[in-house]
Amino acid sequence: MTVVVYDGSFEGLLTAVFEVYEYKLPQPFIAREAATTGSLFGETHTVITNAEKSNRVYQKLKAIISAKTIKQLYDTYLSEIKEIENVLLRFIQYALQSNFTIENDYTKADVLLIQQTSKKVNREKHRMKAFVRFQLTKDQLYYCIIQPDYNVLPLIGKHFKERYADQRWLLYDGLRKYGLYYNGETVEEVQMHFEADLNNEQNLATLHDEKEELYQQLWKQYFSSVNIQARKNMKLHIRQMPKRYWRYLVEKQ
Amino acid sequence: MPMSDRITEKLSILADAAKYDVSCASSGSDRKNNNNGLGNASNGICHAYTEDGRCVSLLKILLTNHCIFDCAYCVSRKSNDIKRAAFTVQEVVDLTINFYRRNYIEGLFLSSGIFKNADYTMERLVSVAKKLRTEHKFNGYIHLKTIPGASDELVKEAGLWADRLSINVEMPTEKSLALLAPDKNRADMLKPMQFLKDAIIQNKEEKKLFASTPMFAPAGQSTQMVIGATPETDLEILWLANGFYKKFNMRRVYYSGYVPISNDNRLPAIGTPVPMIRENRLYQADWLMRFYGFKVQEIVNHENPLLDTDIDPKLSWALRNLQLFPVDINKAGYEVIVRIPGIGIQSAQKICAARKFRRLNSTHLQKLGIAYNRAKYFISSDTEFEKKDWHPNQIKSFILKEGNSKYEANFSPQLKLF
Repeated sequence: MTVVVYDGSFEGLLTAVFEVYEYKLPQPFIAREAATTGSLFGETHTVITNAEKSNRVYQKLKAIISAKTIKQLYDTYLSEIKEIENVLLRFIQYALQSNFTIENDYTKADVLLIQQTSKKVNREKHRMKAFVRFQLTKDQLYYCIIQPDYNVLPLIGKHFKERYADQRWLLYDGLRKYGLYYNGETVEEVQMHFEADLNNEQNLATLHDEKEELYQQLWKQYFSSVNIQARKNMKLHIRQMPKRYWRYLVEKQ
Repeated sequence: MPMSDRITEKLSILADAAKYDVSCASSGSDRKNNNNGLGNASNGICHAYTEDGRCVSLLKILLTNHCIFDCAYCVSRKSNDIKRAAFTVQEVVDLTINFYRRNYIEGLFLSSGIFKNADYTMERLVSVAKKLRTEHKFNGYIHLKTIPGASDELVKEAGLWADRLSINVEMPTEKSLALLAPDKNRADMLKPMQFLKDAIIQNKEEKKLFASTPMFAPAGQSTQMVIGATPETDLEILWLANGFYKKFNMRRVYYSGYVPISNDNRLPAIGTPVPMIRENRLYQADWLMRFYGFKVQEIVNHENPLLDTDIDPKLSWALRNLQLFPVDINKAGYEVIVRIPGIGIQSAQKICAARKFRRLNSTHLQKLGIAYNRAKYFISSDTEFEKKDWHPNQIKSFILKEGNSKYEANFSPQLKLF
């Protein structure tokens, strides 16, 4: 077995796929830097991310599978599920060795798994579009800290940029320790070290715009007023707003 | 009372009064944020779900719950002794913008009790939408209620600012409407529906010629009827809904299970359970008509005027038509496969795509994620089990035994203590 170590980026993953073929690596097993502790019984091949190599894989994929399926591969990569890289590798190998298009061959386990995983990632993406609750600071920044199950920030930046084109906003992934900041013109990826402050509710409240608390109160009032008690159905409620998301929801505080 | 308390009180009264209108959709529009303003409208997002499990997508409020009408089923009826309130136009605008900027909502759904007369009320609704669009460059979703009897000019202007307009037909038959809403008449509701349908078609034609034609109600129109307050059958309800889809190009018909709010002896008494199962079955039937290629008479007809409550309408249809089964999933067309109980639209698409690679067997089908335990009675397959000639009632009882209905608790005659 050859452990093929890459840097965790999508470009790096495509470079790894390229090098599996370039060096004819025997029994390749792709792993992220962080996830690898070295292989006891095999070789280790370290991949250095290379734009040209990754682009050649990308162009080849474009020639043999649809744009929709390429997007599914990317979404599946963002799931960060353990060993998902090898499902993607096997899918690409299968696509390359077939002289017909295989993307709908759902009775093949890897094809079905990619379809299902990309669906899960997209569900999480949709939930983030829904469950983000911005809070307004004194200097008129709308911010929200999220902890999505999958790494969906790269998928939601465009939505928030188009929608909130006229306000500065920050979405910060508290698990993956990076965020997206929109300055009124462009969206930038940012890394910050403000954990200590942001974990403290009181520190946060002093940063808030004077109207912030009022609108949170009004929203809570609205949320409880539109409920119809005679139709109460907590099971359905929790299925649709699973408890792990409540931490960002003003109305569930 | 401090300003913030007064606005909180108004919000609680006017949200409470609006919540019986079940329309929640924020989809079907494609309004873009082209003016570097605030918001856009596209596929619809449910931002929250209330404890009754209903989605919260829009800020759904009444401009006022003062009303000159006395519709028995309505909580805001003139004769009801409740707190009354009214928002100013600016208050609604501020709430919408500030909720929207915090990503609480997709937009505004504004309705109103009728004060003075239809035009006076409609004019206020239109002015809120106009102000949001023009002064605040707001491109989020706006759903305006059309007040029956409002002038064509006002309805037309509403369509220029709103994404969706709706006029509630309220009751499934004119007879029930006359009984419960003596101030209203159906002609006043149908007239603006027809007007909107024509205006939307005309706008689409103009758009083909001139790209600069302004949008007109891009998310179309919808309507709602209260069910369970009056004795209509599902046949009457679904035939009316089918007519709305066919004749008025309605995007949605909503069915609102009556929540008893009145001691009026024309209505079910307070404490009568909300007909939630029936409401759910009506929505399932509605989906079959809109997405599964079913004709209304296949779902309900004079022999079967009521939907079954214990099983869904697709399964009911299949059990009444066992001569059409079993279906060979390796050969049958998509439109046949999508009618098999236990197979939804996505599964049907997957089956049709996957069978091109190899013959599908029961193991494959289970992995694809169909409800195999339900579908197995209706497909020809490689196993022995399904080849038996079951009687419809046997199949029904097998299926009922397997799954616990989500409504089982509601079937139980026992009182729940906790």
